[in-house]
Amino acid sequence: MKAAAAVREWPVEGLARVPYWVYQDAALYAKEQKKIFRGPTWNFLCLAAELPEPNSWRTSNIGDMPVVVTRDADGELAAFENRCAHRGALLCLKPCGKAKDIACVYHNWTYDLKGNLQGVAFRRGIKGSGGMPADARPESNAPAKVRIENYHGLVFGTLADDTPSVETYLGPDVAAKVKRVMKAPVKSLGGYSQMVPSNWKLYMENVKDTYHASLLHLFFTTFRINRLSQKGGVIVGGDGGCHVSYTISDPASQQKNAGDEYEKAGMRSASDGFALEAPELIESVEEIGDGVTVQIVGIFPGFVLQQIKNCLAVRRIVPRGLNETELLWTAFGYDDDTEKLTALRLRQSNLIGPAGFISMEDGAATGFVQRGVIAAGERDAVVEMGGRTVESNESRVTETSVRGFWQAWRRHIGI
Amino acid sequence: MIDINIQLAIENLLARYVHAIDDDRLEEWPQFFSTTGRYRITTLENHKQGLPLCMVQADSPAMMRDRIAALRHANIYEAQGYRHTVSSTLVKPLGDKAFEAISNFTATRIMHDGATLLFATGRYVDRISGGAELLFDDKLVILDSRRIDTLLAIPL
Repeated sequence: MKAAAAVREWPVEGLARVPYWVYQDAALYAKEQKKIFRGPTWNFLCLAAELPEPNSWRTSNIGDMPVVVTRDADGELAAFENRCAHRGALLCLKPCGKAKDIACVYHNWTYDLKGNLQGVAFRRGIKGSGGMPADARPESNAPAKVRIENYHGLVFGTLADDTPSVETYLGPDVAAKVKRVMKAPVKSLGGYSQMVPSNWKLYMENVKDTYHASLLHLFFTTFRINRLSQKGGVIVGGDGGCHVSYTISDPASQQKNAGDEYEKAGMRSASDGFALEAPELIESVEEIGDGVTVQIVGIFPGFVLQQIKNCLAVRRIVPRGLNETELLWTAFGYDDDTEKLTALRLRQSNLIGPAGFISMEDGAATGFVQRGVIAAGERDAVVEMGGRTVESNESRVTETSVRGFWQAWRRHIGI
Repeated sequence: MIDINIQLAIENLLARYVHAIDDDRLEEWPQFFSTTGRYRITTLENHKQGLPLCMVQADSPAMMRDRIAALRHANIYEAQGYRHTVSSTLVKPLGDKAFEAISNFTATRIMHDGATLLFATGRYVDRISGGAELLFDDKLVILDSRRIDTLLAIPL
């Protein structure tokens, strides 16, 4: 392994460079867990709609930390570390369940749905012998309480007392775009996950990299779902770590030969011979009334809220070690969706996920970087598209929100 | 007991189906389906909870042909192939020349550099019909795990 994070120095070029050691350093990975995931950040835990019933729970994560999210008998949400106060065993072992209280399987210590230790088996021993000393305080080792905020149906958690409200954390411009999608009660349509063979930051950078979208993903380009020459832009909010990228449907750009910069440059993704035999795959309806066909919101450190046409989804990015990341998807619709609209969302889900026509490449591409830079830890990636600073932009030929990610990351890590 | 000839014919269809995929004859894949045939890949977790999201949902052979065209001409993924094993096929008659067949499958993925991984296990829940030539009317692939390594490009 590389030297400790403390001796690292950021390149003098600042935000326009990303040194490759950030993806390779085990000490830095541990520091990220403490300073970022368990620090003053908001971590997406689940949709409130994924806990519809009182007395139910789901497992989730804050970085490496396993977390339980609960809804108690009164319908109130809470979250706490998924760790027993006794020997540290996981309390909940499945993705979700129903219970009035939670018992550790190891020695049957019990907790209420707020994570308070309620019972220690044989605490006073049996018939006067055994048991704990009278002055024992097992509660002092209780699982960490997670402060949560249910932000328009998105449940976020933080372990730091000084994390500002989610609204402040996002900044007004990004917050408005989150509310644009979370405008009504939602319901889960299902989920799945994929293991991405790279450091978690490479996936989050990919999400924030508006420059790659129509160059790597041919599907976007050929069907003019998203070309960089179409109208759209990037908004960077919060301390740089939150962003929105969007594309606006523009009838003029749907015309053949309109915005043919890709063809002129002979780019691979402009291949013209490819047409859909079943174009209903990308048929969509205007739902929100603002013409925005694609909107991707990336929230530091590891959350994505996605609208691709009528396909709505959340993505939770969970580091699973230095070189592996799990990407957990949940697709959703609104409670009052018609059957027809649900069918449309499900058909468009062919675009997303590990088998998605426009997202299958992302996991692979970040793996290409992880493998490509293995012997280049002392070199830097150049991130100069759209300049060297962090600002909102009407062009998507920019890496501004990638630089914003690093601005936030460096502030948290102190590099 | 199911007619032995029916059992053999269905197992033969399944064998030809997986050989076409494993031999990279992907253009033949939609031809195993009837003109109204449907193909979906979901997870056991979604299936048990009655959640409709699929990883792949092709509502017609045309959508299957589109997926193969995308794999051949649009999508970027490292060269890879599968080796399928299909077993324990249980056949149930559904009516005149129509059957349900439930099979176990495993798919091993072999990467261009030799890396070999147990990529997917699960069940095929198939509705099959036809006389001389049997075809899939509906093929539902239920993955035992919700977790896919890197990406799922080639159909299962």
